[in-house]
Amino acid sequence: MTAAVADLQVRTPAEKRRSRRLGIIYIVLALFVLWAFGIGSSGEGDSTFRLVRQTDRIQDLFGWDLNLVLPAAMVAYVIAAMLGFVGAVQLTRGFKRLDHVVLSVVLILVVFAFLTWAAAGRSFSLAGMLDETVKRSVPIALGALAGVMSERVAVVNIAIEGMLLGGAFVAAMVGSSFGSFWAIVAAMLTGVALAWVLAVLAIRYRVDQIIVGVVINIFVLGLTSFITQRILSQNPHLNRAEILRPIKLPLLGDLPIVGPILFEHNIFVYGMFVLVAVITYALFHTKWGLRSRAVGEHPKAADTLGVNVYGYRYMNVMLGGAIAGFGGAFFIQGSVGSFDENMTAGRGFIGLAAMIFGRWHPVGALSAALVFGFADSLAGKLSILEVPIPSEFLLMTPYIATIVVVAGVVGRARPPAADGVPYIKES
Amino acid sequence: MSDEPRHESGTPPAGPGDRSLFKDLTGDGIDWRSAMLVPLLALLTAMLVGVVIIALTDIDALRLWFKDPGAAFSETRQTVWGAYHALLIGSVGSMRALSETLTQASPLILAGLSVAVGFRAGLFNIGANGQMLVGGMFAVYIGITFDLPAPIHLPLAILAGAIGGALWGFIPGLLKARTGAHEVITTIMLNLIALRLVDYFLKTSLFQAEGRPDPVSSDVHPSAELPRLLGFLDRVDLRVHLGIVIALLAAYGVYWLLFRSTIGFEYRAVGLNPQGARYAGMNVVWLYVSVMAVAGALAGLAGADRILGVLTRASPGFSGSVGFDAIALALLGRSHPAGVVAAGLLFGGLRAGGQVMQVRTDISLDLILVIQALVVVFIAAPALIRAIYRVRTGEGATEQLAKGWGST
Repeated sequence: MTAAVADLQVRTPAEKRRSRRLGIIYIVLALFVLWAFGIGSSGEGDSTFRLVRQTDRIQDLFGWDLNLVLPAAMVAYVIAAMLGFVGAVQLTRGFKRLDHVVLSVVLILVVFAFLTWAAAGRSFSLAGMLDETVKRSVPIALGALAGVMSERVAVVNIAIEGMLLGGAFVAAMVGSSFGSFWAIVAAMLTGVALAWVLAVLAIRYRVDQIIVGVVINIFVLGLTSFITQRILSQNPHLNRAEILRPIKLPLLGDLPIVGPILFEHNIFVYGMFVLVAVITYALFHTKWGLRSRAVGEHPKAADTLGVNVYGYRYMNVMLGGAIAGFGGAFFIQGSVGSFDENMTAGRGFIGLAAMIFGRWHPVGALSAALVFGFADSLAGKLSILEVPIPSEFLLMTPYIATIVVVAGVVGRARPPAADGVPYIKES
Repeated sequence: MSDEPRHESGTPPAGPGDRSLFKDLTGDGIDWRSAMLVPLLALLTAMLVGVVIIALTDIDALRLWFKDPGAAFSETRQTVWGAYHALLIGSVGSMRALSETLTQASPLILAGLSVAVGFRAGLFNIGANGQMLVGGMFAVYIGITFDLPAPIHLPLAILAGAIGGALWGFIPGLLKARTGAHEVITTIMLNLIALRLVDYFLKTSLFQAEGRPDPVSSDVHPSAELPRLLGFLDRVDLRVHLGIVIALLAAYGVYWLLFRSTIGFEYRAVGLNPQGARYAGMNVVWLYVSVMAVAGALAGLAGADRILGVLTRASPGFSGSVGFDAIALALLGRSHPAGVVAAGLLFGGLRAGGQVMQVRTDISLDLILVIQALVVVFIAAPALIRAIYRVRTGEGATEQLAKGWGST
């Protein structure tokens, strides 16, 4: 009954305009793919995608290389045709509720067309690249999840960067002396502590949340750099933590393509996937989630119904801090093993971007983080592919994409209604 | 602009009823005792926390605590004393120190003004960093490509800096006004984009110094460098340059713009109540766009100041942390130009002194970042200061500035 009503809803003029704009964008993309990767491209020949990594055993099993060989020009024509079709449908009747799915499919097709074009005439390790993508998206996704946790209860969290950096620092120091387990615990506690500061200043003292976030970032950057120079540089044994090995899941890890990409990683990657699933379920299918969202959308109504607004804000912001701290530990135990000044290098801000790009939804945040991680790893591969695009421009894509989204060019991202507004309880 | 004049330029809408609103609008009615008390106590507290941090990171002394607490105490005391002594000497202790303080202060003041102008109009310009980078790159471009006599070359390079910054500030202003995109998000993103753009352009033949493999620009021609103010003394270590004069002029200009011009009145009106400003017939779109352009221009000047005054060439991320210090400055100076100048001199002194401290003792400049962060916390949350010192401090320096991501 309700579903039928929803389908019958009349679209507002703004939605119609947006739908039309999307359709035009698809057509333009189709023409671009046709021209740049098809007709105008000098790249003749086949593109070879290696679907397994050299180290993978799967090759021995089959006895031949698992490669995907595609004629580059043909792929461009096919994808251009598909995009044109999608654009035409979008312009005439639209996809209604499938809008987002179609948009992501279109983006994937464009990227695939680009890759085929770039790899024309040579061979390119798709497996290695996707593996790299997942690894690079871990801190971004965890940072974005921390943001989702706190912004769903209407506390703006710009301090993700500081929480990641603080977590990484503590993970390095604790990990050097007490092992990885305690390092991760300590990193999470650091995130909680920083989140507590954010929460107290934002909720109790009602300090502008953006200022608090900026301050936490500067404070953590200053303090960690200070201690690094003063203590760690003379005592390298305090900054030499163990790196966790990937755990290969039985059976699943042996699958081609998906095996090495999804099922042969260290616990941070698994943690990321589990957290996304758990938070999605909790936010949208439990009492806690309903109350959290109520606190973020309409705190007064929630309060009237007896929800402890402050309690929910404190708890969720601090849970977010724990997640960001876990993400910080990734830089040490999941990656390089030692701390460097400002080693997060803006990942927290990309996480913030991923949260917005993912529309404050855990799954959206993860998808955005994967997209950004992909851009990141592709940037590193450009020189190998000899593509005449400077890597800096690829590294910019997350930021540009975020601006496009907040500007509502292709659908607006709507934050929780009370986001950033302190709640004053009437007594 | 709107069609009907609402008030004479600068004259207040007098009336006993809206006294406090009038005070807010003019910025004249500040309770100076309270306005000075909180920043001073905030600075004092932050410096004390700095002492604790130095003491806790003094490993040798920490080991001594168990064996010989007396010796440990005196060693810690010596470390702290040495550090803060060097900080003081390095900021005001000599002719050179004063010159360094002013040199450091000039970009800080300019960037701080940029953030302050935004605050007054209710916008949070986190983008000073990116605007500095773009402005600085524009200034470098003029400085290295043209060969002109100094009286033309230098103003041209400075102007280019302002234009570059204004351009980078214009984008978030336009996005905010037309689409409602929150300026905090867009300016953060534009900062990061500017960083990448600088990385890219420094590797192109437009900028990169010949024969250098790394991304560093050529040197700015001497005709485009900001002349040193104490050049007649013939000492190389007195680096203070014309930039500080530009910064002070800019501060006066911002004061005039905000408190003595019609558009400044409208900026402050839209900052206090955007809805009200809209109902009063003000062109809010134009106000947002122009105020961000002005803020960007000021930050661009800061970038030009760094490049043409001290660095003489661009390198990746040459703006350093100035763009973020600027937020602290604007808060400390209560978004008033005079306050920003005072705060800029203070932070300039901390920076200049911090460098001496870093050389003389083994305490790194990063301590200054921590102190600055703490100062901002205490300024932004005067309730903390109130709780610690049991004084009355009045309201917070910042009302709720940000109005949430989605607000239009």
